[in-house]
Amino acid sequence: MTMDQSLGILFQLYQSLLVVLLAPLLTGWVNQCRAWLQNRSGPGLLQPFRTLRKLFHKDAVIAHNASPLFRITPYILFGCMWLAAAIIPIVAVDLPFSPAADVIALVGVFALARVFIALAAMDIGTAFGTLGARREMLVSFLAEPALLMVLFTASLISQSTQLPRIVEALAHHQFVLYPSLAFAGLAFVIVLLAENARIPVDNPGTHLELTMIHEAMILEYSARHLALVEWASSLKLLAYISLGIALFFPHGIAEVGNWRALPLAIAVLLVKLTLAGAGLALLETLLAKMRIFRAPEFLGTAFLLAVLGLLIHFLLGA
Amino acid sequence: MPITYHNLHLTRLDGAIPVWEGEIKPGDLPPVCQNVADGGGRLLALWGSDARGDAGERGNGFALHVVLVNEAGLICLSMALDAVQPVYPDISRIFPAASRMQRAAYDLLGIYAHEGHDHRKWVRHGAWHGGSFPLRKDFDAAQNRDPLSNSLSKTTSHSTRLQETAAKSLVIPQAGERTNEKGNLEPLEPDAYPFVQVEGQGVHEIPVGPIHAGTIEPGHFRFSVVGEKVLRLEERFGYTHKGIEKRFESLTLQQGAKLAGRVSGDSTVAYAWAYAMAAESIAAVTPPDQALWLRALFLERERIANHLGDLGDLGNDVALSFGFAQFWILKEQVLRNNAALFGHRYLMGKIVPGGVAADLTEAGKQTLREECAMLEREVRVLRGIYEEHAGMQDRFIAAGRVEPKLAAQLGLCGLAGRASAQAWDARVQFACAPYDRLDVQMATYRNGDVAARVIVRFDELFESLRLQREILDHLAHDGELAIPLERLPGNGFGVGMVEGWRGEVLVAIHTDVQGNLTRVHPHDPSWQNWPAVEHAIMGNIVPDFPLINKSFNLSYSGQDL
Repeated sequence: MTMDQSLGILFQLYQSLLVVLLAPLLTGWVNQCRAWLQNRSGPGLLQPFRTLRKLFHKDAVIAHNASPLFRITPYILFGCMWLAAAIIPIVAVDLPFSPAADVIALVGVFALARVFIALAAMDIGTAFGTLGARREMLVSFLAEPALLMVLFTASLISQSTQLPRIVEALAHHQFVLYPSLAFAGLAFVIVLLAENARIPVDNPGTHLELTMIHEAMILEYSARHLALVEWASSLKLLAYISLGIALFFPHGIAEVGNWRALPLAIAVLLVKLTLAGAGLALLETLLAKMRIFRAPEFLGTAFLLAVLGLLIHFLLGA
Repeated sequence: MPITYHNLHLTRLDGAIPVWEGEIKPGDLPPVCQNVADGGGRLLALWGSDARGDAGERGNGFALHVVLVNEAGLICLSMALDAVQPVYPDISRIFPAASRMQRAAYDLLGIYAHEGHDHRKWVRHGAWHGGSFPLRKDFDAAQNRDPLSNSLSKTTSHSTRLQETAAKSLVIPQAGERTNEKGNLEPLEPDAYPFVQVEGQGVHEIPVGPIHAGTIEPGHFRFSVVGEKVLRLEERFGYTHKGIEKRFESLTLQQGAKLAGRVSGDSTVAYAWAYAMAAESIAAVTPPDQALWLRALFLERERIANHLGDLGDLGNDVALSFGFAQFWILKEQVLRNNAALFGHRYLMGKIVPGGVAADLTEAGKQTLREECAMLEREVRVLRGIYEEHAGMQDRFIAAGRVEPKLAAQLGLCGLAGRASAQAWDARVQFACAPYDRLDVQMATYRNGDVAARVIVRFDELFESLRLQREILDHLAHDGELAIPLERLPGNGFGVGMVEGWRGEVLVAIHTDVQGNLTRVHPHDPSWQNWPAVEHAIMGNIVPDFPLINKSFNLSYSGQDL
């Protein structure tokens, strides 16, 4: 094993641990910002960790008719999201796990997690689980193509579907404004809101069971299972925001082995995540939740914007 | 005279609002109801009482009481029912809202609407046996405590006559029940309740509640849907039945006032005032002027607090948490001022029969004036935000529409009624003192959707703030707060009705020979308005239900007595 390889593995381990700990913190930050924007004092940044600790200490209650699928889904979900968050180059490019999945496979990882949570939701047989699974599928089958279009736009610029190549191409060239990426960026924000069950598509804080999408699917989970599902949701949000950062604002990222660039890279990342979290909170405060049948129009807009990005790339070559 | 009908002799009762009372024969009830309905009148309340222990001509059976209302006033009709076969003609075909009241009257008292189209149980959830009726005077609670011991043999009634009639009384199996060999009803399966089934390709049911994901009151909603579209909603309530009406029977006038204030916590002022009004009507006394002004102040403050809370909740239901937080900050300010000035956040126990139990100092007036100015300023800004928020208006407009014609058929009342062009407001039509000196402006709207109910709330909020300011100007400091009202006269009957924030709250009191409370019936406007929610949701989508439901914000506890 060469020096480079072992350093690479060290960097990979480092990022993997970082994302797992950072994810609940990011959720806490978004919630804190929302509280501030609503004139509330808010529960503090560490609230998600407290919730996780509470949930891990509880005894799980599982329906009698739950199949093994219901029990293993939280682990699959957590694994998928952790993998996704770990391979997106946010601290350093050229992580050893990165070649494991290019952008298309990354979308596949998200899809895998979704299939399992939807199946688990229907597994119990309650009306709400099925309701939630049905709505989740309605939203995601529209969000997925839009996300792919966004990723294609970025990969056309960098001539690769490998995330490290895309990041390298965008971060280490001279700073250029890509009009196609501006459209793709808008589309990506819409997809991010829809895929992470955020307002205006879903409401992560709701207690109204009839309006839920994501929450309806996980109503039957408790204790450690729920903790993993919640943690996976945080990881998913972090993964999406990281992906956005990697695609649209990759500047300041470190290269593997460059120890001296690492502190700066982490500092830059934290600033970016802070701003992204605050921006998300602002969006969620300003918007009301839309009627569920408006979601197709909303995601249709995302798809349209992403396709426009592609067209602009072909027409202008930028 | 509110209506003219041969055979019907009405007498005007003493009291703050125009109420007429009269006896009616069974055959006359449907035509009289039809007469009132044709004239644009509505059914206000329906209940029964056990008069078997009473002396004189009334003491030969049960009695049915129906309160109708038209522009001229309230018409209280009493009908004597046979002790063994307490059957009366169904009026739910004329007033659809009567159906649930009739079902509740059977569950509680065993009086039966002949030819009614729905005889399923309503408030009984297995807490007592079918075939035994808690509001009967000979009801033995101890014997009914254990649902498994199905025996009437241990009945210990106070008079042998009651025992005889109880044993032979009419017991009718309801849907999903059968009569066992002891003459008791038992369900075919535990708590059987057949919901109306909707059939067709792709139709399925979503059962919701009575336990919900949030901390709200218990109610069961059975949706029949195709995809997300609601074909039919059926409500099932009664989960918060707590025997309030039975409890009243053993209370004194003052204890009753305390209980009346706790029928529905968010309408405590309205209930306490209606109770006091009924008692004052029986005793033929008028509270001091100062007390009446304070009552109006309390009632408007209750309206202000609840409208603020509802407007916040409606924001929350469309995930606009900003609105939720802002309105609830304002509501909290109102409640804290209540606590500081009157000693209770929701003003419980501040209205007593004969007057009020709290005064307002000059400094307190100043606090309220400042609060008024602050609320007007803040709510005006928030209203602008609500009205210009495209996402929010998109959710509000056309959701949960109740057309004025349907609203009139259903007898929709109160705030929800006014949003569907039903121009009824007890403060306007039957302005009791001090509202007769206030010139209340009624807020009405035609659209009948969630947006209309929001607009009516905003309008009423501003009107209440204006009224509060006017009341403060009228409040003097020299007057008495209450006149002593210890006991009521014997064989009395009185009705009080107050326009609470949700709609008209009615309390009726019957007293026995000694003047004790023998039957108290509190009636919440939710009785009339819950059936309208079933209609409002039709054709809408499932995820819009919480918003539509919240725009009515009806009481569960207030009707599950």
